[in-house]
Order: sequence, then C-alpha cells, then structure tokens
Amino acid sequence: MAERLLTVENLEVSFRTEEGVVQAVDGVSFELEEGEVLAVVGESGSGKSVTAMTLMGLTRSPNAYFGGSARYGDQDLVTATDEELRRVRGSEIAMIFQDPMTSLNPVMRVGDQIIEQIQEHTDAADVEAREQSIELLERVGIPRAIDRVDSYPFEFSGGMRQRVMIALALSCDPSILIADEPTTALDVTIQAQILERLRELRAQTNAAVILVTHDLGVVADIADRIAVMYAGRIVEQGTLDEIFYDPQHPYTWGLLGSITRVDRPRPQRLPAIAGLPPSLVDRPEGCHFRPRCPHEFAKCTEAPPLQSRAEDGSAHTDRCWLTAEEKRSRREVRPGEIGLGEKEGAEVA
Amino acid sequence: MSENGSATLLGVEHLKLYFPIKQGVIFDREVARVHAVDDVTFALRKGETLGLVGESGCGKTTLSRALMRLIDVTEGVIRFRGDDITKASRKRMQPLRREMQMVFQDPFASLNPRKRVGQIVGTPLRLHGAERSEVEPKVHELLKRVGLAPEHSNRYPHEFSGGQRQRIGVARALALEPKLIVLDEPVSALDVSVQAQIINLLDDLQDDFGLTYMFVAHDLSVVRHVSDRIAVMYLGKLMEVSPAEELYTKPIHPYTEALLGAVPVPDPRENRARKRVAVTGEPPNPIDPPSGCVFHPRCPHATDVCREVEPPLVRYANGHLAACHHPQQVSSEEIRAAERSDQSPLSAGEELPQAS
Repeated sequence: MAERLLTVENLEVSFRTEEGVVQAVDGVSFELEEGEVLAVVGESGSGKSVTAMTLMGLTRSPNAYFGGSARYGDQDLVTATDEELRRVRGSEIAMIFQDPMTSLNPVMRVGDQIIEQIQEHTDAADVEAREQSIELLERVGIPRAIDRVDSYPFEFSGGMRQRVMIALALSCDPSILIADEPTTALDVTIQAQILERLRELRAQTNAAVILVTHDLGVVADIADRIAVMYAGRIVEQGTLDEIFYDPQHPYTWGLLGSITRVDRPRPQRLPAIAGLPPSLVDRPEGCHFRPRCPHEFAKCTEAPPLQSRAEDGSAHTDRCWLTAEEKRSRREVRPGEIGLGEKEGAEVA
Repeated sequence: MSENGSATLLGVEHLKLYFPIKQGVIFDREVARVHAVDDVTFALRKGETLGLVGESGCGKTTLSRALMRLIDVTEGVIRFRGDDITKASRKRMQPLRREMQMVFQDPFASLNPRKRVGQIVGTPLRLHGAERSEVEPKVHELLKRVGLAPEHSNRYPHEFSGGQRQRIGVARALALEPKLIVLDEPVSALDVSVQAQIINLLDDLQDDFGLTYMFVAHDLSVVRHVSDRIAVMYLGKLMEVSPAEELYTKPIHPYTEALLGAVPVPDPRENRARKRVAVTGEPPNPIDPPSGCVFHPRCPHATDVCREVEPPLVRYANGHLAACHHPQQVSSEEIRAAERSDQSPLSAGEELPQAS
C-alpha cells in the first residue's frame, strides 16, 4: 500500500468581486498517494487551476475566502502561515506552470534560478548547487547542460524552457509535483518528448503528480486516476479506465463525446454539449450541469452528493441522481464513442 | 483534376515569403533572411476544405495571410479565379475582398472591444457600400445564422464567451457573402465542448453557402474532422498533400508519421497498445534551413541523399503528394508508378524515390 501524501477535504475557495461572490471551488475532496498521477480535468472556469494553486497558497489575497482543509503530513496547507508554506513550497510541493514563456525570470540566468531555489531550501555551497543544477538540466534532457546553465530564458525554445521549468520543480526532490497544463503551449512532437520525460522522472523519484489539464489525450497517456470538475465541483472521480470506459456523469459523457480523435474517421457530426458553462457568481441551484443536461428531472434541483453508484461501493464516485441502471441505458455508446444526447433549446456557446 | 483545372478557386505557384533581418549603424544591411514560406505550390478547389497543418513556426499563418494579400510576397504568383492578384493594387483588391474573408485565431483580440457587435458585423457591409437601412436587418439575419440572437447586436464583445465571440467573428466573415474563408486556428482557443459546436456550425455554413475553406491548424485531430484534403507543412515547405482520410491511414512522409504518432489518443487501452515513433530534437532555425530535405536532421530514415538533394513532391495514386526520398507505407509498384509533380519546389532535385 502506497503512502498517502495529501488529503483534501471540502476545499472551498471564493473571491469577492464587484459582480458578487465568485465561488471558484466548492467542496472539493480528493486524496493523493505516493507515485500516482491524478489528472484534474475540466473546461476553463471549472476551478481546476484554482484548486491546484490553492494547495501552493498562490490564491491568497485580501478578497479570497477559504474553507475546508488540505492536509499534507501534519500541516494544513489552507491555514498554514506564509512562513510555513514557504518551507513546503518548492521543496515538498513544486509546481510546473502552463506558460514556459512567462514563468521564468527573464533577466536571470536559468542556472542561477535553479541555484537560488536549491540554496533557499538546503545549505548547499555555491559550487555544489551549481553542479546540482547542471545535473538537473541533464536529467530533463537539455543537451550540453554545462554550457546552457549560463543562458538566459530567451535563448531557449518553448520546449526547452518547459524542461527548465521541470528541472526547477525537481530541484529539491519534491514529493508532490503540481503540473498546470504543462504541455498546452507546446507542439505535439515536443509535447510527446516532455510527457515521456515526466513518465521517466516519475518512475525514478516516485513523486505524486497532480496534472491539471483539459486535454483528454494527455490524460489517457499518463494519468492513473481522474477527477472531472465542473463549475467548482468534482462531478466524477475514478480510475483512468473507469472514467474512459464506464463514465457515470452526463457531463463526462459529453466531454468524452465531443473530443475530435486523430485515430477515428470523421463522424457525420461531432456530438457537442449544448449551452454554456454557468457563471460562477450565479450558479444554477442543485446540479450545476442541469441547464445543459438532456437527462434532467425534478430531483436535479437538489444538489447531488458525490457518492459511489457502483454496487461494490468502489472509489468510483459521481454527482448525479440517475440510478446506475438509468445511466447505463441513457448513455449513448457507439463503437469507441460516448455521447450525451441532445438537449432542446439550449443556448449556444 | 489537374492543378490548373477550372474548378480552382485560388492557386499559388512557387510562393516564397522571406523576412529580411537587418543590421547596421547608419545603413541597414540585410544580414539574413527568415525563410517563412519557401516555394509552395497548391490549388484550392471550389467547395472543398483544405486543412493546412504544421507545428509553430512552419509558416502556415504567414502563408494564409499572404493568400489574403495581408503580407506582400517575395516571389511567386497568387491567382484568384485565374487572375494574377500577386501585385494587385488596393483598388483592384477591394472588390475581391468581398469574396475572400478571414476568421482569426484569438476571439479575444480580433474583435474591437469598444464597438458593439452590430457595428462589428455591419462594418464590412458599410465599407462595401450597403445602404444604412439594409445593414441592420442583414446583421440580425447573420447573427441568427451563426446561432446568436438579434438582440446581441447591442452588446459589447466582453459580454460574450470565447465560443460566442468566435461566432461573431464568423458572422463578420460571412457578411459579404464570400466564396472563400481562411480560418486561422478558429477553434484552438476554445474548450472542447465548444470546439465541437463551432466545427458543426462551420460545417453547416459550408453546405448552405457553398463556401471554400482553408482551415489552418496545429491540431491534427480537429483537421481530420473538417478537411477534404490536408497539406502538411514543415519549415516553410510542403511535406505532404493528401486526401484527408488517407493521410491518417497511409501517411507517406516520415514527418507526417511522426506528427500522428505524437498525438496522444484519448483512449487509454489504445494508447497503451499503440507503437509510438518519437521524433527527437526540435524544428531547426528557418534563417538557416538544413540542406537537402529540411526534415533530415530529425528523420529516423535519413540517408546521404536526404542531406544532399532536396526531394521533389512526388505524385502517388489518388493525387497523394509527398516530398520524401524514403516514402513510407507505399509498395514498390506504387513507387515505380509515381511521378514528379509540377508542384515541386524549383530547387528540388530530379531524383525520384527508388523502389527496393
């Protein structure tokens, strides 16, 4: 049994804005074990990035409100002081950001940026830290690392910068790596190289990874478990195969159905999810997906809990009032395709 | 159909677009050139969707802007319905602009934030001399056609989501009833569920108005769902041009193979079973492209001839073109039957691939 690293319970994040209170994350709970890759998927505005950033204390601001807990060891990351968080950040939990073009310091040599982080958390001497940074750059696949360590970020391509970001994240041997859309800004051939590298590093270090992404191809490639988020809530959670081959929540059906696949011929029509994601200031009562869902019924105005529908009470959970039997019959499963069905009169996105 | 057949709407011949890099204290000297588009020949047939794919920096956006005459070309010819428009004046282009329109990638940057939707969609109509009284009903009709409501014409772009904004961009492009729409990454900034809605909309509009699309994208799976033919670009050159389905079942160029192999499939079991050909390295610098075949430094099949001779575009069955000395998934008979295409770059060698 792998060791449990992180327990998030009922995490809530909201921001007071001029338009009202934005409930970005609403009662999110999940667990993370050593060595596993948990993919958090969802569309823009679903709260996936806010969840990830909150674990690092990066959403703290005067207008933010937090609730629930995120226990890492004997610390609660939600209530920890900035000073306590600083010790965890970078050394225990590290983050890889989406945009490698803007998340490195442009006026600092990449080696110095890595050295700075190493020396912040250990008492390595200058020479030692520099050697370590060269070794890290080699590990993430940067050729001639010994020369490149003194280059500035602008001298690297996008893929190489993302490797520098990964090297930076790995510099203190973190036990949790949070990767927020790590390959979205990259070309496919480079994306494949980066994913391969992440896979190798994970095998070597046994770090747990929280992968935030909207790309289900990347998820299928690397994840062990998936949490699907919609309008601030996890609507379904399960293992990779459970989510892909036995999805329970209608939103997950819609998401899986609307992806264009490179390995399948063109269907007559792409099954789209009708309508728009709700505004986070004024979310629909009950199930947030209700206005877009063709299968809604009276009970849906009551918020459904995240619970296991499977007879064996497995960890595959979802928030939908339909019975397992109803789901099985309504889910349109064509060969290699899962559809949601049509909803009449929904607004267009 | 020949490349100069009557059904050709837009054709480009040996198109080159170089950007000069200048340096100097008093006088700027040209010290180098970025080879953004390097001798590209192709034809867009009436009513078809041509997908143009490639990685960032391969010249696909530059090429699509040049077709619209938004950038001046360095060399080569652009023909619209057979007329040479390469050097056409603004005045001569004006009536042609009605027939060729563009939808841009970023729906947040391509709509003027200080104009109302009605003004945005109505501007092309006014510029082309529509009466004041005609504009409003036409705008309402266009908004309805793209799935928005006529009331939306009084709102500002920031009040809309990304997908809705892209619909406004499409309505603007449709306003003058064009024949050709160049779509530069029209869905890459959108969420998947919204992508599907926009792709379906574009598909309907094409059927209703008999539009010809050039669909520029980096995403091979999206392109598969919209295109009739697909052109693959790398470092300013065409690597392969193929009927859409055939590109996925029978990629001839190793670069296409590599691109296809690199896309993860959203299906865990198939993903595990798939053999992956990972290409190493990154695209080279377009200021100083490699000799011979531009893909040779990253190609797993490269030999001496690839380093020395630029491969011509070779025509295989079904009008499938590929520029490679070592074509994949084709039989010896197919290679023997293949011939050099006149779409080949002028600098390409005469060597045809050898059947083993």
